[in-house]
Amino acid sequence: MSEKVGVEYNVDGGNFTRAGYASSEIKKILKKLNVDMGIIKRTVVATYEGEVNIVAHAYSGTIYADIDTERVRIVLRDEGPGIPDIEQAMEEGFSTASSQVREMGFGAGMGLPNMKKNADVMNISSEVGKGTTVEIILYFKQIASS
Amino acid sequence: MEMQEPGEGKCPEKPDKMKVKNLAEVLDARIVCGDHLADHAIEVAFASDLMSDVLTLKNDNVLLITGLANVQTIRTAEMSDISCIIFARNKKASPEMIGLARENDMVLLECRYSVFKTCGLLYQAGVQPIF
Ligand SMILES: Nc1ncnc2c1ncn2[C@@H]1O[C@H](COP(=O)(O)OP(=O)(O)OP(=O)(O)O)[C@@H](O)[C@H]1O
Ligand SMILES: [Mg+2]
Repeated sequence: MSEKVGVEYNVDGGNFTRAGYASSEIKKILKKLNVDMGIIKRTVVATYEGEVNIVAHAYSGTIYADIDTERVRIVLRDEGPGIPDIEQAMEEGFSTASSQVREMGFGAGMGLPNMKKNADVMNISSEVGKGTTVEIILYFKQIASS
Repeated sequence: MEMQEPGEGKCPEKPDKMKVKNLAEVLDARIVCGDHLADHAIEVAFASDLMSDVLTLKNDNVLLITGLANVQTIRTAEMSDISCIIFARNKKASPEMIGLARENDMVLLECRYSVFKTCGLLYQAGVQPIF
């Protein structure tokens, strides 16, 4: 695998029927590139958590994936209400999910912490009233550090 | 209970792992799609209606028992590499769910028992919990 791959997908807020489409496509690409199964699972679980967050909490968004020989980087950018207190949102169990979201089987406040656990690097930035951007990176080889 | 395995009782080690077709027998469940996976062996099981929880599992080859039947149940399984789902409480898989399950080579079972009874029967039959 020598080439660089870059893709992007639109995500509609509120559309639970389509939620997971982008993560599914990214999974197919990673499989084709013969990425390690464990890394694929961590990547797509984290991406899907982020995709469901856009559907559940924002109005619309875009998921970008770029993959090179060393790592996969996913950026989930949305237009939405934003997150007023990121530290609080990162706590396990904190959720503002609506009852509709809970009926779909989500809204336990586990998504952002789970993204962090699965990714090697995670950065969130958010502006209240504008939107949220979450970036995750997973490296294909274990980097000797910490 | 009759098991028609060749060499019955010859195995001195652990009993044979449950296969999908054995699950269907024990639960009087219907295999909705993925019949070709009837001989697929089940390692461990997890029961939840909360997809947020399912997404935190690290194990591979997990059997999911759930009372939540929607497209996101299938999507969650897809991302978590889960290939067998039992819908308890008489929940039905919609055509859309079945389509998505087929694309992802999953086997879906429908069972009329409660989640509790489903889990109890499977536990009794030797299916192991994750923790
Ligand atoms: N993209 C987003 N836009 C606005 N708010 C968000 C976004 N993502 C997360 N949040 C806020 O952070 C909270 C915690 O998110 P997290 O993903 O951890 O849990 P959840 O989505 O509520 O439930 P779960 O992920 O377990 O289904 C959310 O309830 C919401 O208030
Ligand atoms: Mg979430």
